[in-house]
Amino acid sequence: MSTYPLLSFAIWIPIFAGLAVLAVGSDRNAPLARMLALFGAVAGFLVTIPLWTGFDVANGGMQFVEMKTWIPRFNINYHLGVDGISMLFVILNAFITIIVIAAGWEVIKEKVAQYNAAFLIMSGLMNGIFTSLDGVLFYVFFEASLIPMYLIIGVWGGPNRVYAAFKFFLYTLFGSLLFLLALLYLFINSGGSFSILDWHKLPIELAPQIWLFLAFLIAFAVKVPMWPVHTWLPDAHVEAPTGGSIVLAAIALKLGAYGFLRFSLPIAPDASHELSGLVIALSLIAVVYIGFVALVQADMKKLVAYSSIAHMGFVTLGFFMFSALAIEGALVQMISHGFISGAMFFCIGVMYDRLHSRQIADYGGVVNTMPKFAALFMLFSMANAGLPATSGFVGEFMVILAAVKFNFWIAFAAATSLILGAAYSLWMYKRVVFGEIANSHVAELTDINKREFAILGVLAFCTLWMGLYPQPFTEVMHASVNELLNHVNISKIQ
Amino acid sequence: MDMQKLYLLVPLAPLFGAIIAGLFCRVIPRWVAHTVTIAGVATSFIASLIIFQDVQAGNTFNGTVYTWLTSGEYTFEVGFLIDSLTTTMMLVVTFVSLMVHIYTIGYMQEDPGYNRFFSYISLFTFSMLMLVMANNFMQLFFGWEAVGLVSYLLIGFWYTRPTAIFANMKAFLVNRVGDFGFLLGIGLILAYFGSLDYATVFAKAPELATATIDLFGEGSAVSLMTATCICLFIGAMGKSAQVPLHVWLPDSMEGPTPISALIHAATMVTAGIFMVARMSPLFELSTTALSFVIVIGAITALFMGFLGIIQNDIKRVVAYSTLSQLGYMTVALGASAYSVAIFHLMTHAFFKALLFLAAGSVIIGMHHDQDIRNMGGLRKYMPITWITSLIGSLALIGTPFLSGFYSKDSIIEAVKFSDIPGSGFAYFAVMAGVFVTAFYSFRMYFLVFHGEERFGKAEDAHHHEHHGDHDDEEASHDHHHGLAPGQKPHETPWVVTLPLVLLAIPSVVIGYLTMGPLVAGDYFKGVIHIDNVAHPALATFLSHFHGAAAMGLHAFSTPPFYLALAGVLLSWFFYMKRPDIPAAIQRRFSGLYTLLENKYYFDKINDFVFAGGARVLGKALWRGGDVAVIDGVIVNGSAKVVRWISSITRLFQTGYVYHYAFTMIIGVFVLMTLWINRA
Repeated sequence: MSTYPLLSFAIWIPIFAGLAVLAVGSDRNAPLARMLALFGAVAGFLVTIPLWTGFDVANGGMQFVEMKTWIPRFNINYHLGVDGISMLFVILNAFITIIVIAAGWEVIKEKVAQYNAAFLIMSGLMNGIFTSLDGVLFYVFFEASLIPMYLIIGVWGGPNRVYAAFKFFLYTLFGSLLFLLALLYLFINSGGSFSILDWHKLPIELAPQIWLFLAFLIAFAVKVPMWPVHTWLPDAHVEAPTGGSIVLAAIALKLGAYGFLRFSLPIAPDASHELSGLVIALSLIAVVYIGFVALVQADMKKLVAYSSIAHMGFVTLGFFMFSALAIEGALVQMISHGFISGAMFFCIGVMYDRLHSRQIADYGGVVNTMPKFAALFMLFSMANAGLPATSGFVGEFMVILAAVKFNFWIAFAAATSLILGAAYSLWMYKRVVFGEIANSHVAELTDINKREFAILGVLAFCTLWMGLYPQPFTEVMHASVNELLNHVNISKIQ
Repeated sequence: MDMQKLYLLVPLAPLFGAIIAGLFCRVIPRWVAHTVTIAGVATSFIASLIIFQDVQAGNTFNGTVYTWLTSGEYTFEVGFLIDSLTTTMMLVVTFVSLMVHIYTIGYMQEDPGYNRFFSYISLFTFSMLMLVMANNFMQLFFGWEAVGLVSYLLIGFWYTRPTAIFANMKAFLVNRVGDFGFLLGIGLILAYFGSLDYATVFAKAPELATATIDLFGEGSAVSLMTATCICLFIGAMGKSAQVPLHVWLPDSMEGPTPISALIHAATMVTAGIFMVARMSPLFELSTTALSFVIVIGAITALFMGFLGIIQNDIKRVVAYSTLSQLGYMTVALGASAYSVAIFHLMTHAFFKALLFLAAGSVIIGMHHDQDIRNMGGLRKYMPITWITSLIGSLALIGTPFLSGFYSKDSIIEAVKFSDIPGSGFAYFAVMAGVFVTAFYSFRMYFLVFHGEERFGKAEDAHHHEHHGDHDDEEASHDHHHGLAPGQKPHETPWVVTLPLVLLAIPSVVIGYLTMGPLVAGDYFKGVIHIDNVAHPALATFLSHFHGAAAMGLHAFSTPPFYLALAGVLLSWFFYMKRPDIPAAIQRRFSGLYTLLENKYYFDKINDFVFAGGARVLGKALWRGGDVAVIDGVIVNGSAKVVRWISSITRLFQTGYVYHYAFTMIIGVFVLMTLWINRA
């Protein structure tokens, strides 16, 4: 195991890089700001790689642990660690940060330093969320990460950005308040500990467990987002710049799902069993209802935003069937969704940069002028529809198979995504890419440049790698998922 | 050479060709694209031959290539199962694919997407080989969807044609409906057998033969085998285009003709048949599922044949014929005559690929006019195409001693002796189907190759009614333009006719040669499992079998022969002697004609109920649910509540931590916004 504080590096390198970029300041130094940001993102990514290479797959507990006293009076610690559940998300986050910096390279021309800094700082804060083992530390990161995202939408967003940013903030803040109350309750009842790992072992009666579970549910359901608290997401996506959408879909949505695994299941296992029916029902509504809603969207970003909600439905469904196959399937789905939704939003961004429209009706016959782009977009659309050999298949396959064992009709409802996912993805693809050149704007499109090709190529590689050989991804999860299942299967009621 | 490396070579050689031709399709010259892909498929074919010899010598193989995924107590692997069923499919796939690759050089020579096309068909060959060589359900599903993807890409190959891009999406979605069932079937397998490995599952099947699951609530006790097999068969219905999931196959004719031959006749569409035959140890345990299979197959065999009678597009006639023949194979499966189904799959692959490629040759000769009403008398101008088409048609209708005869008569005989529920109807359907097949096949044959020369006359060939509901007059760029007045059709180049000749040979002899070992012998011993007590149909039929020659001679005294003969004679009378009669019948029975012309209204119903319904539902959920209720009432409502609560709390200055946190966050964000907007 490494002697370096890798997790602190993963958090603070992007944040300090972001501050350095911010110091560059005005747009006269934009090239320097971009280079510095890219350097910071790459450095932030490189320090996370040893987390995977040095990971002990047999250990289901926390690794790379760091522990410093922070506020001794309340027993609050700077306590970091990753297990098989969180480790991959730290890497995914650092990886997506590079993609996002590259995605805004030529596109963002105003407040370049501030834009890049916001993403770097957010990246560091989100790594803080994935690695915090102290309740207060987690909460600070959890709330602080809202700010850069709020700014990204509010400053670099579309015409209706203020409404979208405010809706986003209001929704998530509402959840946060209940979450804070839950943390305080746990602090008091655990005899003054903010350690999340202590809370995992804390015996709690069923009634308070249910209250805690509901508080967590509201906080995390908004983030995931689950039906019916999902309506902020399409608005946020539509107004956000491309980079904002990529981070939002690829990482930010995972924070809520991660919260279920770190808080809800192990802290309130009895309530989780008790209320699993509710979560499963909401998840299936997300898959089916949102699938239909996605089908009729006229705005590409909205369509992909809704498809994100449907895909996240598989994640929450997988968590609450309490089997290794289902939970690992859900985790795989989360990582895969990071690649695919990131790529889908980038693809839409590529078209938006050229035509300044996200309306499906403004396109048609893009393949004639952008063949390279069309080929890659096809790959991601198919991945979005869960085609085998892409990462999009793996998680859905695992969750559906686990669901058949759990209850055939739950699997039946979930498997409709096979049809719905293909329908909305391919129908959009057909209308946008295939056909004769629809108008003079499409006729003037230029194919993707080297930078755009590199971004999509890297994401395509990840999508195919995870589809063809997912074993390295699940291998690291086994021990921690088993550990989690042990927690969930032991009653806390005494 | 190490056999295991050879197994790997079989799928990887076409994959290599596909990658080279695909990734570099814009930079490499055409000869590189077709050389590298043809070399890949040829390698694969030769390797398949060697493996076939090896398997005949008794060396089967079942092993893992790599572990795809482990999770919980399950392991998912990519691996190969090499036995007589696999090698049969490998030979059929690689041989037909090789023929189609060669043919494509001629057929696509004027197409700008030449390299891309070669890449796709090689990718298809790879996917299909992965499907048939799989030793587990996961890989089967991989191959299953991968061939669907390539089919999608190839149907939409001419991506500017509205009909093509509609057809490819339809094909993919209808197949996904089948895959939906298939995936649930696989889920049931994993849930109750604990593994997706064929050998493990088949070994465990007998002990689960009487297992039940409470599918419809407590105590409903549905047979596990029946539920599993029907779910799996729904997958087969999608891929092998069985009613009501057949609707995509006729539209798939929008793709270039070589792929109609390869994918939509010879190989991909038979994947469902192969899959059920592979699963014979499971299907044998559920007579209910077999009844379901035989009835679906019988409906497809007969009613899709009827539709072939009224088609005027040369490819669509062959397409409906394919649907009908797939129905025959499915009937054979339902009658537990799995080996006969595979036998018909093989003979059909040869003669139907031949018929499609011959149709393509006619289309080239006619300068992309596909309407058989504009043809006639082509035998003079296209002699090789004519003779090979005749051979293909004779094989298809079951002329004694030709390949189709052995396989089709075996199906009819097996069904005759079957006594599962539905077999009586199936027997009627396959018998009537013989007449229908002969009639539509020779209707097309006479209209194309004999009689009056009708080409080069119509002022504008492509103004004849267009198939389907989707008008594509403007979009179909250089297709469907037809011969100019006075222009004559011409025979096609050797790259086109050579595959015709090479496919005509097995269309004639393969049935006679392989009937004995394949159906009557123990070629499939240990691979296909039949419960001879519960389903004795095939065994009873074989007790009457005394060699291929005797079977051929005996045919002259059986009803199918005379039904086929009657079909041929009637079509000759109708379309050569008295063309006024079909027109009169069409007028007299206009209701029936309209029903057939609308393909029993499947497309219209699907469009209205499913495609339309989904859009209406989506709009209702979105406008009604998301926008009106959630955003309108709940979000805006809670915004009001928040405002109200905060107006009260402001009065009290409670000092709660969350209050300070809230203020802090808002404060920071306001400062940041101000500062950034100033910059």
